[in-house]
Amino acid sequence: MATSFKINGKTAQSDAPPATPLLWVIREELKLTGTKFGCGTGLCGACMVHIDGKRAFSCQTPVGQVAGKQITTIEGLSADSSHPVQKAWLAEKVPQCGYCQSGQIMSAADLLAHNPKPTRAQIVEHMSTNICRCGSYPRIVRAIERVAQEG
Amino acid sequence: MTIAVRNADISRRSFMVGAAGLTFAVASGLRPAEAATRSGDVGLSPWVTISTDDTVSIMSPAAEMGQGSLTSLPLILSEELDADWAKVKIVVAPPNDDLYKNPTFGYMYTAGSNAVTSYFKPLRLFGAQVRKVLLANAASHWNVPVAELTTGPNVVIHEKSGRKLTYGEIAAFAEIPAKAPEVAESELKSPDKFRLIGHDVMRVELPSKVNGTAQYSIDVQVPGMLYGAILRAPVEGSGPEKIDEAGEKAIAQAIQASPAIKMGNVHIVPLPYGVGVIADTPWAAFDIKDRLKVTWTRTGKGWGFNSEKALPEFAKAARDMSQPTKLWGKAGDAIAALQTAATVVEAEYRNDLVYHAQMEPLNAVASVSADGQSCEVWCGVQSKTIAVTVAANALKIAPDKIIYHDMLMGGGFGRRGHRDEEYVHDAVVMSNAVKKPVKVMWTREDDIHNGRFNPLSAHFLRAGFDASGKLIAFHHRKACDEVTAFQDPVRYERQKGRDGIAYNGVDAPYYEIPNRLGEAVPRDTGLRTSSLRGIAHLTNVFAIESFMDELARKRGIDPATFRRDLVKSAPRATAIIDKVANMAGWGKTRENSALGFTYMNYSGTQIALAAEVTVDRRTGAIRVPNVWTALDPGINVQPNTILAQTESSIVYGLGFALFERITTDDGAVEQSGFYDYHVPRINEIPEMHIELVATNNHPTGVGQMATPLVAPAIANAVAELTGVRLRETPMTPDRVKKALG
Repeated sequence: MATSFKINGKTAQSDAPPATPLLWVIREELKLTGTKFGCGTGLCGACMVHIDGKRAFSCQTPVGQVAGKQITTIEGLSADSSHPVQKAWLAEKVPQCGYCQSGQIMSAADLLAHNPKPTRAQIVEHMSTNICRCGSYPRIVRAIERVAQEG
Repeated sequence: MTIAVRNADISRRSFMVGAAGLTFAVASGLRPAEAATRSGDVGLSPWVTISTDDTVSIMSPAAEMGQGSLTSLPLILSEELDADWAKVKIVVAPPNDDLYKNPTFGYMYTAGSNAVTSYFKPLRLFGAQVRKVLLANAASHWNVPVAELTTGPNVVIHEKSGRKLTYGEIAAFAEIPAKAPEVAESELKSPDKFRLIGHDVMRVELPSKVNGTAQYSIDVQVPGMLYGAILRAPVEGSGPEKIDEAGEKAIAQAIQASPAIKMGNVHIVPLPYGVGVIADTPWAAFDIKDRLKVTWTRTGKGWGFNSEKALPEFAKAARDMSQPTKLWGKAGDAIAALQTAATVVEAEYRNDLVYHAQMEPLNAVASVSADGQSCEVWCGVQSKTIAVTVAANALKIAPDKIIYHDMLMGGGFGRRGHRDEEYVHDAVVMSNAVKKPVKVMWTREDDIHNGRFNPLSAHFLRAGFDASGKLIAFHHRKACDEVTAFQDPVRYERQKGRDGIAYNGVDAPYYEIPNRLGEAVPRDTGLRTSSLRGIAHLTNVFAIESFMDELARKRGIDPATFRRDLVKSAPRATAIIDKVANMAGWGKTRENSALGFTYMNYSGTQIALAAEVTVDRRTGAIRVPNVWTALDPGINVQPNTILAQTESSIVYGLGFALFERITTDDGAVEQSGFYDYHVPRINEIPEMHIELVATNNHPTGVGQMATPLVAPAIANAVAELTGVRLRETPMTPDRVKKALG
């Protein structure tokens, strides 16, 4: 009863029970640990990934539901930290403890993919799914604005 | 860049002298002169290794939790060494208190915004000593007087002859003197010559934090590793009385739900404080844990404790002069002065329990050997030497049998530096039960239910004015649990019961009031308590700065001016107050919003903060559109890091001020997740206007200085806007509505 899907362009399979949160399959079975466990309730965004090009809380996504789908994790966003969001994140020195930042970056990349020139209000609205306990929020806004400006 | 340095590396490194390059094997922690005589010791470890390829490896002794010390500390050493930062390799120091202890704490402990301030002088001195050794070697190599030599980044220069030697070239032939060279303080660089200190560099681990490669303990993967979860007793000091037959039933049910669970790998581990579950996947471990039914012993002291009902009792105790107290700090005779004062003003403030909510739920990985006589540990902790001690004590083996792997922390905020580091202990005992590697993870629910909180507190304050209107007496009594007694009994005993984590600053020592008295009115609830960002000041300064505002208003004096008069002989303090007043446009009337002002001297860092608020009188919701703050922590070692920490401090202070609240009933925590514990999100934060003031004073802390000022600034602004004083944190909409009437 294995589930097959594509992750970061490669085919993957999981034998986990279909109800198992995708997060745990990604982290502990596929060993892609950039995606983080923060709350398990879809309220902090540390587990954010892209499924078929849209962001999703991997802790709220049963692995059984991703059969045949394309998943991108932080490891697959770019091979060399060259995604514009990653570059802007470094330019603005966004991360502090860094634990939430994979999720923040995946959320930001999702926003910019669908809305390349978001307003500040749209940025704040979109990013309010993701908690950063270190309070890197002002820098997150600046980094996203930087990507939007630099195009 | 996380380098997991193992204990074992120490001896290997000490044998590097003369091999790959030049290892400055200077022992005895931060007193190199004395160390040279011990340079054959096995426990010897270097701070600096210069390789023949010109790489300069520097040990970083602090733990990294996002505050930047991993980078800042080696940078300080590099400044005096005149190292080329591009060639510096930062190495995480292994757990060794003799060598790498924080001089203030006496052990490797990263807390209290203290790393830069405590290591600053010793690291500069040591950098200068290594530079002197390089100069001496170059001088004898060229046969010229040392006085004719200078250095540039990683290079010794003889200007007269135009010759140069890189540090790496010198390392190939250099000899280390038996005795480390003396360096007088006057020989250190003057701040205007700094080319690293005061100039931002990229934090060394930052690139790993944008691509998922940063390694936290939760990310550790060990071959054959199993997963552990623990159901803990809801009250500290209790344990399982009876694991209801559900122990086995739970497993059976879980297996029914998840046929993939390999029965052979499932273990129920009774522990003195809970019941552990080990399984071959995390989902199986969590699932079985959630199905466990356990009857707990009623041995813990906290049973029956209801925090909401207790707070009024705390307030009563704070007012009750017959209650036993501990003196925290005093000047003059506040009690006598209050008796003779022409006017006495009293006020009371209260604070709920607060949770750290670090983003990485607590976890650790341990692998105990088959004979139980050695163990590898992977963890993120504020004290790595405590982690080693905890692991060794759990197995009753010697600390040198522990192989320690240093991991980044997904947030600390005071939660990861307790003397028992219980989540490290968890992993060790669980691994010991099966003699296999085990990753023990707490869920978010576990992390809250077993949280260790900033304590519940009630504050009673009195002030006395003489007939001329001069503030002559200040008395502050704080009723709360003694945090150090729980968090760190070793320190509590060493300090003879003096509890800085709970009471520091209760006497407002920076205010020039002739008679001041700060007293502890200790409670003993049995709750788990902890230092949290802002530490004692978080609640003390809410009380003090709210009270100062009330006093200023009673006297009809502008609140910023009132504070300024109370620090008038401290020019750095008046300067910071003036600066923030200026930044905020203090004194200007606004429509529908108002400002509140605050100031404090936080361990030598001067900081003032003003907040603008609006209040929705219908819902009671407070909004904070703007915060202005400026701080003077002396020398600004890494300005961008100070800015980041200040932004961070403001957000943390906002949560404390408006949202964050833990309650207990029958001793058990009532909140369970981010659905009922509200931390600030990006759509709730103010515009932050921050200015750094750099002075040539010894650098002081920057990691949490704004946090305690946010709540009183908000309360003071609400008082200005509505005339109503909010006396309790968090200032939730229901409380605001009630206060507005």
